[in-house]
Amino acid sequence: MLNDKDRIFTNLYGLHDWGLNGAKSRGDWDGTKDLLSKGRDWIIDEMKESGLRGRGGAGFPAGLKWSFMPKEDTGRPHYLVVNADESEPGTCKDRDIMRHDPHKLVEGCLLAGFAMGACAAYIYVRGEFHCEAGILDAAVDEAYAAGLIGKNASGSGYDFDVYVHRGAGAYICGEETALLESLEGKKGQPRIKPPFPANTGLYGCPTTINNVETIAVAPTILRRGASWFAGFGRENNTGTKVFCISGHVNNPCNVEEEMSIPLKELIDKHAGGVIGGWDNLKAVIPGGSSVPMLPKSVCDTVLMDFDSLKEAQSGLGTAAVIVMDQSTDVIAAIARLAKFYKHESCGQCTPCREGTGWMWRVMERLVKGDAEVVEIDMLLDVSKEIEGHTICALGDAAAWPIQGLMRHFRGEVEDRIISNSSRNAA
Amino acid sequence: MTEQPQSFAFDAESKALADKHIAKYPEGRQASAVLPLLDIAQRQCGGWLPRAAMDHIADLLEMPPIRVYEVVSFYEMYHDTPRGKHELRVCTTTPCWLRGSADIVSACEDEMGCKIGETSEDGVFSLGEFECLGACVNAPVIWIDDDYYEDVDPDSARKLIQAFRKGERPEPGPMTERQTSAPAGGLTTLTGAGE
Repeated sequence: MLNDKDRIFTNLYGLHDWGLNGAKSRGDWDGTKDLLSKGRDWIIDEMKESGLRGRGGAGFPAGLKWSFMPKEDTGRPHYLVVNADESEPGTCKDRDIMRHDPHKLVEGCLLAGFAMGACAAYIYVRGEFHCEAGILDAAVDEAYAAGLIGKNASGSGYDFDVYVHRGAGAYICGEETALLESLEGKKGQPRIKPPFPANTGLYGCPTTINNVETIAVAPTILRRGASWFAGFGRENNTGTKVFCISGHVNNPCNVEEEMSIPLKELIDKHAGGVIGGWDNLKAVIPGGSSVPMLPKSVCDTVLMDFDSLKEAQSGLGTAAVIVMDQSTDVIAAIARLAKFYKHESCGQCTPCREGTGWMWRVMERLVKGDAEVVEIDMLLDVSKEIEGHTICALGDAAAWPIQGLMRHFRGEVEDRIISNSSRNAA
Repeated sequence: MTEQPQSFAFDAESKALADKHIAKYPEGRQASAVLPLLDIAQRQCGGWLPRAAMDHIADLLEMPPIRVYEVVSFYEMYHDTPRGKHELRVCTTTPCWLRGSADIVSACEDEMGCKIGETSEDGVFSLGEFECLGACVNAPVIWIDDDYYEDVDPDSARKLIQAFRKGERPEPGPMTERQTSAPAGGLTTLTGAGE
């Protein structure tokens, strides 16, 4: 188990002052100027060595991503955009960072922005987080007033601005190019890639988009060193991570733990165990709604990291652990997610626009057993037709939960169809 | 058809706020401010966006009006028809559903005397669903006028509605004795001073 001295988010629960004085007492903004004076390459190399992989779901190596930004002067401004459109069902970690440790994010913006030659960071906060955006805005104001950002940020000679921008309720804006569209004042519909944002992003300028947690851990990594961070978790899965444990556990909570912690240990140590005990567990969605669910037999041993969960045909995603005990109607649980994706499809690509609604309608019938057994394969076929055939990953995200359900609980779906048809026959 | 006011203008307070937002974006990119400006206008108008407000914002940001209309219809949090005095929305996505959001919806419908998607007869509440609000470890969650009310049960949901009806504004956050997103059973981490 991770020691408190190695936790980055020491005010995760808001027990202490989130303001600048409190943040400084917890080590934020300490020697920021010295870190900047080591230069762009040093920061990027250190981030690469730390092994930090993006915390927003895709897990792309953060240092590598930063290095994609043009090194030479292109005559265009560079931007850092922070994705704070936290909306993946099960996920509520960025909310805590913004409301309880906002200065880690603001300082991270400066360090990351400097490393990519950006003139400004825009933090795109989901519209529903009105209060959180307010706190973050206040933290930004404090940082300006203290000379930490703005002209000659932290006395470094570098000018850097940070702006908070609130969305207005659209899951799709968590997709990085939809987010850019939204930030430009348009409907949040994803862009076709290439061109990639590192070359043509916000306002057509080089842009890097990172998740809140990815940026907020950067200052501590740079201060304590890449090897410190890389010392946690398994190779290729390094560091600490904020996990969100929701659903059928005794004490749902957010908690920062070491990567690669066994799922069972995470739930038992921090969330008070599964309601009714571990043997009462039915399934877990380990990384936010978009990743396939796992049955208890896999949960017994799986580790909470990118590689272990990938091997188990699921994913770490946002590390949002949704626990379902034996009382759960897993078909209804996934049907509700199907409704979510249908509601959130932006409508741009036909397979997703039509497919998410079609899958949801079939799922609703499967909840009642009002279907033919052959329709299960038809549903899986349609899910495969959506997966990989859309501009963005929302289509994949809609397909995977259903595929996960059928992979592990197909028997339960079939049983319901059979018992429903025999009830009707009687 | 909704009765539309003939004109709209930002009041002094809204205008100052709007200008602050517009200044965040580079020269010529003021369309970026359309989301915040619509939000400001909606608050000024009591929770909805008359056509005149959209047109005014289009004019101000030098956008074709259709670009503003399509933004309004795309995002969940804008309304082009009047609403109740308070907007109450229950999160019903799977993490909240696992913790009993269906019972919360029933309690709200019963207490308000209206269904999801409707406004109560006295005009005090509009009741809606929200897709995942991003507070899943504090499920179930109700969103009322910008604030998160967390760890609710049917009883506390009813009490919230009664309080708002009386003109009170209960303190947001967990409705149980719990520190934000920390485990209810007591801290398992960060047990030191944290400083």
